[in-house]
Amino acid sequence: MRQYVLKRLLLMIPTLFGVALLVFFLLRVAPGDIVELKYAGSGTFAPKEALDRERKQLGLDKPLAYQFVSWIAGIARFDFGDSMWTGRPIIEEIKIRLELSLQLAVMATVVAMLLAVPLGTLAALKQDTWVDYAVRIFSIAGLAMPSFWLGIVIILGFLIVFKWMPPLTFTSFWTDPRANLAQLIWPALAVGYRYSAMATRMTRSAVLEVLREDYVRTARAKGLWERAVVLKHALSNALLPIVTVIGLEFAFLIGGLVVTEQVFNLNGIGMLFVESITHRDYTMTQALVLLVSFAFIFMNFMVDLLYAWLDPRIHYQ
Amino acid sequence: MVISIKAIMSRGFILSLLAIGAPAVLPAAEAPRPGGELVFAVGEIPPSFDGHRETTFGMLHPIAPHYSTLLRFDPQNYPKIVGDVAETWSFSRDGLTLTVKIRKGIKFHDGTPLTAHDVKATYDKIIFPPEGVASARKALYSMVDKVEAPDDLTVVFKLKHIAASFLANLASPWNFIYSAERLKKDPRWYEKNVMGSGPFIFVEHVAGSHWVGKKNPAYFMPGRPYLDGFRAIFIRDTAPRVAAVRSGQAVVEFRGFNPAARDDIVKTLGNKAVVQESPWACNILVTLNNEKKPFSDARVRRALTLAIDRNEASKALAQISVMKYIGGVFRPGSEFATPPAELIKLPGFGKDINAARNEAKRLLKEAGVPEGFSFVLKNRNVKEPYEVSGVYLVDQWRKIGLNVTHTPLEGGPYFNDLRQGNFDAGVDFDCEFMDEPDLYLLKYLSSEASPVNYARYKDATLDELYERQSRMLDVKDRLPLIRQMERRAIGEQAYQFPLLWWQRIVPHSSRLKGWKIGPSHYVNQDLRDVWLAP
Amino acid sequence: MPARIRPWLASALDFISSRPLGGAGAIIIVLMIAAALLANFLAPYDPLANNYGAMFEAPGVHHWLGTDSFGRDVLSRILYGSRTALWVGFCSSLFGTSIGALIGVSCAYFGGKADLFMQRLMDILLSFPLIVLALVVVAVSGSGLWNVILAITIPMIPRAALVVRSSALALRQMLFVEAALTLGSSHWRVISRHMLPNVMAPYLIMLTAFLGQAILLEASLSFLGLGVAEPTAAWGLMLRGAAVEFAERAPWMALFPGLAISLAVFAFNVFGDSLRDALDPKLRLP
Repeated sequence: MRQYVLKRLLLMIPTLFGVALLVFFLLRVAPGDIVELKYAGSGTFAPKEALDRERKQLGLDKPLAYQFVSWIAGIARFDFGDSMWTGRPIIEEIKIRLELSLQLAVMATVVAMLLAVPLGTLAALKQDTWVDYAVRIFSIAGLAMPSFWLGIVIILGFLIVFKWMPPLTFTSFWTDPRANLAQLIWPALAVGYRYSAMATRMTRSAVLEVLREDYVRTARAKGLWERAVVLKHALSNALLPIVTVIGLEFAFLIGGLVVTEQVFNLNGIGMLFVESITHRDYTMTQALVLLVSFAFIFMNFMVDLLYAWLDPRIHYQ
Repeated sequence: MVISIKAIMSRGFILSLLAIGAPAVLPAAEAPRPGGELVFAVGEIPPSFDGHRETTFGMLHPIAPHYSTLLRFDPQNYPKIVGDVAETWSFSRDGLTLTVKIRKGIKFHDGTPLTAHDVKATYDKIIFPPEGVASARKALYSMVDKVEAPDDLTVVFKLKHIAASFLANLASPWNFIYSAERLKKDPRWYEKNVMGSGPFIFVEHVAGSHWVGKKNPAYFMPGRPYLDGFRAIFIRDTAPRVAAVRSGQAVVEFRGFNPAARDDIVKTLGNKAVVQESPWACNILVTLNNEKKPFSDARVRRALTLAIDRNEASKALAQISVMKYIGGVFRPGSEFATPPAELIKLPGFGKDINAARNEAKRLLKEAGVPEGFSFVLKNRNVKEPYEVSGVYLVDQWRKIGLNVTHTPLEGGPYFNDLRQGNFDAGVDFDCEFMDEPDLYLLKYLSSEASPVNYARYKDATLDELYERQSRMLDVKDRLPLIRQMERRAIGEQAYQFPLLWWQRIVPHSSRLKGWKIGPSHYVNQDLRDVWLAP
Repeated sequence: MPARIRPWLASALDFISSRPLGGAGAIIIVLMIAAALLANFLAPYDPLANNYGAMFEAPGVHHWLGTDSFGRDVLSRILYGSRTALWVGFCSSLFGTSIGALIGVSCAYFGGKADLFMQRLMDILLSFPLIVLALVVVAVSGSGLWNVILAITIPMIPRAALVVRSSALALRQMLFVEAALTLGSSHWRVISRHMLPNVMAPYLIMLTAFLGQAILLEASLSFLGLGVAEPTAAWGLMLRGAAVEFAERAPWMALFPGLAISLAVFAFNVFGDSLRDALDPKLRLP
């Protein structure tokens, strides 16, 4: 077991390095440069020399290999450098937005779980009845609806019916829970609903499988109360695949945040990412992609670990 | 002008009539009440905090309240120039020396006094930036020889030649007065720090989220500012920005919304909404790559501008976007605007679109452009008004048998392609802080002489006319030269031509008082006169 | 009825009756394809024709689904939009799944260093969330129809490779592969004749599942302004900007494209689900 863990942890390093390499060079290939964009507002009378001077300051005139190596060397020291757009340290910029996105991801996962487990179990118990179909349609609808559409519908709904809008700025949960939740509950619901689809399906098939097992039939034959049978045996054994899916979905959430934050105007990592790409802020985009990829890989790893731990029947190489 | 009954009946329309018709938006009877925090929405975030290097309103709106400028525009009488830090000023007889007297007793927020030396240091930074310091509008000050501060209260500007636009540039909203001491220690200090002499003191900035300022008790104008403070909330996307004003979370958004947003806000806020409208000192123009065939042929270029029905565009697009007014090189309604009789004579601005289109088709045929000829129109990927313009242009050119592909690009690639000449036709824009010909005409100078001309042509006549008009102080003398330039640039040669000028619509809560809309969204945003009704 | 079609028809009908949801999905898909193919005949107006006299018309006799901010007929744009959606979805799904499947099978087949290297590469691509990778690709290659297809294809490849590789791994061990090799078949022959046909089930399932995701991803990219360009008729594009701003005055502008996207993705999802139930219930898709 320990060997497996170590091996997986070590494997993360070349993968992350590959990510760093890929994103670094992809960005440099992308047309458009940050200095042009900075001077693109009104009254753009900046001559070429001024632009070149700016590029020099940002280190963009040095050979690519040099830029890459100095960036990687910085990462190894946990120094992510400064944002090319604002000049402020990247860690600072990310820190401001991280709490919101993390909280949103956690809340969305909770929402997804709260929807998926009861609905999936219900659908499994009432397999092939109209309840089953209703649940399946409801959950797949969440997957099918464009999340930005749903978000817009929610915001407009509040505006038209209640003349109200969720708070615009983020307050930490620990400072003011009411304001915090008033802002984040709606995007959490929109995102959570979307991600409950996979989990519902998983719960349903996992519970179905377990219900067919012998020991469940035995328990039923013994006359145990139906609910106890379901809750105790079926769910606890279906836990494994459910946890797997939820873990995987958590990683997917990070991608889903990009569009949601735009629609609900949340100052989070997703918004920062879109901005940094639009601005061609190389250092910021690189840092964010690394961060997100790391989170992704790490979540997958944790899920696999949990999987292996919960089910000793699994063989791993 | 065809207006539907529905539009007339809409409150928004009526309110906007009132706003434009009124000589002054504020009923003089209301007395300003001190107190309150103004919450407003801003659609872009500031990259750095230095007004001399930035070019976006996203920097000006939250940061201008912290600073003073040497001169400013009178908010009630735009474009009249009045003093801010300056008390009086006068030109020498030959017009080559400007002497400015500074007010006594102005203090920076850290308590140090503001003197002529600070003004000199500021303008040295803008006009003669040291190595490594960026100054976005340096080229506008090419007429300045040097800046001197003979004593604590006097600044002297020595010019190389007479320039009509010089004084206006001293009123530029971007020219924040900085502390000479800070600049000496670190000329880039102001990129990440805020310390000015304006009506508000910096409190807090959370990147991407909000900016907070509080009242400066030692502000040099007695009794101002009225507000206790302000809070700017950054909202990038249009829909939540409009929603913020509709829901009352933000009192106002200072740049401008499109007609749909205005109507929604009026519908929700009812009689608690006020709409201020003004022609905007911004336009959309079509730029053509004059180095590329067939755009190197003036007949083809003229055909392209002839095909556009600006009258229809003005009516239709004004309902869905900020595009509205038909004008030439200058903002309709400004003192340099093209007189209507002359405007109609320019190709593409006439009343008979069918005749114009027939002429266009004839010109294309003469120039040897085949039916169904296709080219690419590059654009920014901003929905409104860029993509809206793009869609309209493609449709218009279809009507003369041209097959145009509309390609919206992200900002980076867009500016790249335009600068490198990697395009056929492009949608361009021009937004200035005042209706000064030197600013707007800069677009039409030969490409080598002008950093903002993407159309890639050389025209000595235009260059010469530009120089001449910029050295004349009297508007009467400048006008004929300007008209000549206009006729040549967008008429005969049609190197690049304006599509429409914009309308600035600012719907806001009736609580906002003391703010009057002007043609430029860059000007008068220091909030010193603003107050909140209960 | 020709003899060859009858069994297909029979199994299709059987599929629909035993799995009503999947069947419904299949029917919707067929309708979509019909709309895309026959748009020229079905659409009452030219989807690109601006009509400034008829802006924001409510659904009615002249325009069944109303008009948008340029006076363009919404119904025609939806019909032509299905063409864009299906084209983008189909191309990116086909290329992504096929290239991924080839990579997956080759990795499983050849094993060794090549396999390890490919796995690392796929891992790297997989560690980007879908939209993040798509955004980066769009930044590099620009927007527009083919670039969007590229941007969506690339994230699909590693996902397909992963699934196919695990299916193919099992096959590699099987005796018939050893037998074929001993009999002198070339690598390519073994792969194409013995392995590829046996990964058909996961391949088809992924093709349909990814199609739905591709349509959604295109809509998101267009919404962000990075997808296909105006004035092309595309569902995601129809939801951008004007639809939201005029949502109260003209809700049909946002309603119908949103419904179209949801219905299409829904259909592909349930159809893919039922396909999986029928062909390979144990399959787990990333």
